[in-house]
Amino acid sequence: MSKNIKSITNPKLKLEILTPAEVKKIHDATLWIIEKVGVKFPSQRALDVWTANGAEVDRGRQIVKVRGEIIEAALKKCPPMYPLAARDPNQDLSLDGNHVYVGTDGCGVEVIDIHTGGRRTSKIQDVIDIARVADATEEVAFHWVPVSAQDMPVESRGLYEIKAIWENSTKHVQTESIYDAAEAKAAIEMAALIAGGKEALRKRPVLSLMQCSASPLGHDGGSLDAALLAAEAGIPTGFMTMAACLTTGPAAMAGTLAVGNAEVIAATALLQLAYPGAPVFYAAAQTASDPRNGAYTGGGPEDFLFGAATNVLSDFYNIPLSMGSFATGAKEPNWQAGIENSLSTFMAGIVMSDMLLGVGFLHGSRIWSYAEMMMDCEIFSIIEKIMRGIVVNDETLALDTIAAVGPAGNYLAQKHTRKHMLDLFVPQFMDRRPYNEWESKRDDARDWALAKARRILAEHQPDPLDPKIGAEMAKIIMSVEKKGATEPAR
Amino acid sequence: MSEELFQKMAQSIVDGDADAAVALAKETITAGIPPLDAITKGFVTGVNIVGDAFGRGEAYLPELVMAGEAMKAAVATLDPELKERGTERRTLGKVVIATVDGDIHEIGKSLVATMLGASGFEVYDLGVDVEIEKIIGTALNVNADIIAMSALLTTTMVKQKEVIEELDKEGLRGKFKVMVGGAPVTRDWVKTIGADGFSEDAIGAVNIAKQLVGAA
Ligand code: B12
Repeated sequence: MSKNIKSITNPKLKLEILTPAEVKKIHDATLWIIEKVGVKFPSQRALDVWTANGAEVDRGRQIVKVRGEIIEAALKKCPPMYPLAARDPNQDLSLDGNHVYVGTDGCGVEVIDIHTGGRRTSKIQDVIDIARVADATEEVAFHWVPVSAQDMPVESRGLYEIKAIWENSTKHVQTESIYDAAEAKAAIEMAALIAGGKEALRKRPVLSLMQCSASPLGHDGGSLDAALLAAEAGIPTGFMTMAACLTTGPAAMAGTLAVGNAEVIAATALLQLAYPGAPVFYAAAQTASDPRNGAYTGGGPEDFLFGAATNVLSDFYNIPLSMGSFATGAKEPNWQAGIENSLSTFMAGIVMSDMLLGVGFLHGSRIWSYAEMMMDCEIFSIIEKIMRGIVVNDETLALDTIAAVGPAGNYLAQKHTRKHMLDLFVPQFMDRRPYNEWESKRDDARDWALAKARRILAEHQPDPLDPKIGAEMAKIIMSVEKKGATEPAR
Repeated sequence: MSEELFQKMAQSIVDGDADAAVALAKETITAGIPPLDAITKGFVTGVNIVGDAFGRGEAYLPELVMAGEAMKAAVATLDPELKERGTERRTLGKVVIATVDGDIHEIGKSLVATMLGASGFEVYDLGVDVEIEKIIGTALNVNADIIAMSALLTTTMVKQKEVIEELDKEGLRGKFKVMVGGAPVTRDWVKTIGADGFSEDAIGAVNIAKQLVGAA
């Protein structure tokens, strides 16, 4: 099946969501926050780096206050572009500002079973199955660990997950489920096995790491340690803010942008101070909490606006962006899911966010659905098509053909028509059948999407990982497991 | 005269105005109004108004939280007076709540704590990333009725189980009711670990807590 990877590139559409003056104002506000309010860095190693670089460090409260010049100088060291390498080099991704790639969403806790349709706790087999379906899907350019392998030991779970993906797909793997030093170290060793050594891994990072910040204005200690190890090894690393208007950020959007920006750029600067030139990315999934119950919305006008605004910020710092889109709050693939995932992806796509995360979830990034995954892929395809815009030139104006057809008649028998017919978008899951056909079957996008996923899972054979590498990886995993712990039965 | 004062007290809570609530609390002390009356006839009325409106979707979260803060400030002001008179405020029960060790998700836990507080429980919120010993230790110290634990990660959910196991081991299981919640927590999990209550949201958490202390 498909080895091709679809991305948005050379877009014709544009959107100005923030003026340069507004970006500057947010940037200045951010520097003020970092210098005057401070950011919490609960990691010894991180605090040492800050101390060595002239920040004001309160060891007791683990709060760091840093002058703007230090942050700005550090950010200048970020490489503006670099690749995300894949096990199959033909599937390497270029984070160059001119490509938008989609990944699977990550870290779900439940799965709608592909066979029974029932909802259940996620397991390692789900990581395997989803990786295989994603491997065959041209819209999915890279993997996040889609769901948690809850049948694996807690201390090495993240490692079983990335191994399972590498064994079932040739595409790049990004994980958000490794957030302590021991697992990060092991993951880097595992990645080096694929790349062919630590130095080769720097050139072709087949793994990247995403860490959440802890809004407001904080970080998680384990995440910081993992990120520092990754940066040291040349593994692309991003900090994701999930600041939410009302709860972990001010109710006003600009304030929440500034809070999240402070978290991300302070941590990014930390990595540059520790390892200048380390590949880093900006990551964000800001949202608004519902004022009625504080719920995580996973969609809504604020999410859409954040999705577009954040890339303006990451462009200002000249680093790639990973933007949360999709991630609907809907409980099943429905009207709400369609609106939320289309608009969030459109807004984050039109500004050329480098990575979009990601396809496949329901209920605010908690429940994996294969049908939703396939339909999300179609949403991305539609948006990719829209982004190409309308091409105006002699060929597309088709004056010869228009003259040949003349008034009345039609264009069906024209060579020009045949040549360009597949410029038109051919949906997989839109219902364009006669009414009576629908009436007799009463099926829809969800059924077709699920059927497609089932077919792929039954038929697709990914290029296998060298079993010797798999065995080496297993050894590395064992080494981080607690003594006496055994691998639970699959 | 005190009727009018009670109404003002309720209003201060509805307005989420902690300064006004504290000022009114002081006024009642000077006026010699029994502090328990001030609480039950005055401030609690306000909490109920906001709580009910919130339940109906007519009040918003910040209003609820600010009402809770104003209530806390008022009670703190009246507390010395209560002690002096040897009276005790009757609450529905004491709840020790925390997000478990290794987990820093705060919002859901804090909402549950706020709602419990607003509904008449005495709440000890230990924050996030809280170790087992501290949860159990505090529950023992304050003589809690309920231990409530939030976990948002599949990797930290096991701590809920460990707390229950520890209670079992120490022969303390019968002393406390245990409530759990958070994104990955399911009914199955609740059964597996033998917790007493579970809810997917803060309003449900209050109902469960009330059931657990026999107040529903
Ligand atoms: C916001 C958020 C964060 C924020 C938290 C900010 C803060 N200050 O609290 C930040 C960015 C810090 C964060 C960090 C991480 N997160 Co997070 N996060 C979320 C998110 C999107 C929403 C949580 C939330 O606040 N919801 C709103 C509140 C109101 O709802 P709630 O918490 O569910 O609480 C309600 C109920 O559950 C219930 N309840 C809650 N507690 C209790 C307790 C009792 C006793 C009762 C009865 C009821 C109850 O009532 C509450 C009120 O209605 C969830 C996804 C989701 N949709 O749940 C992921 C999620 C929980 N996070 C996840 C992950 C993976 C992480 C990270 C590991 C990511 C990383 N690589 O760094 C880190 C973990 C760091 C750590 N050590 O804890 C995963 C967990 C999945 C898993 N497999 O374990 C989730 C599911 C998202 C995902 N798919 O990736 N996260």
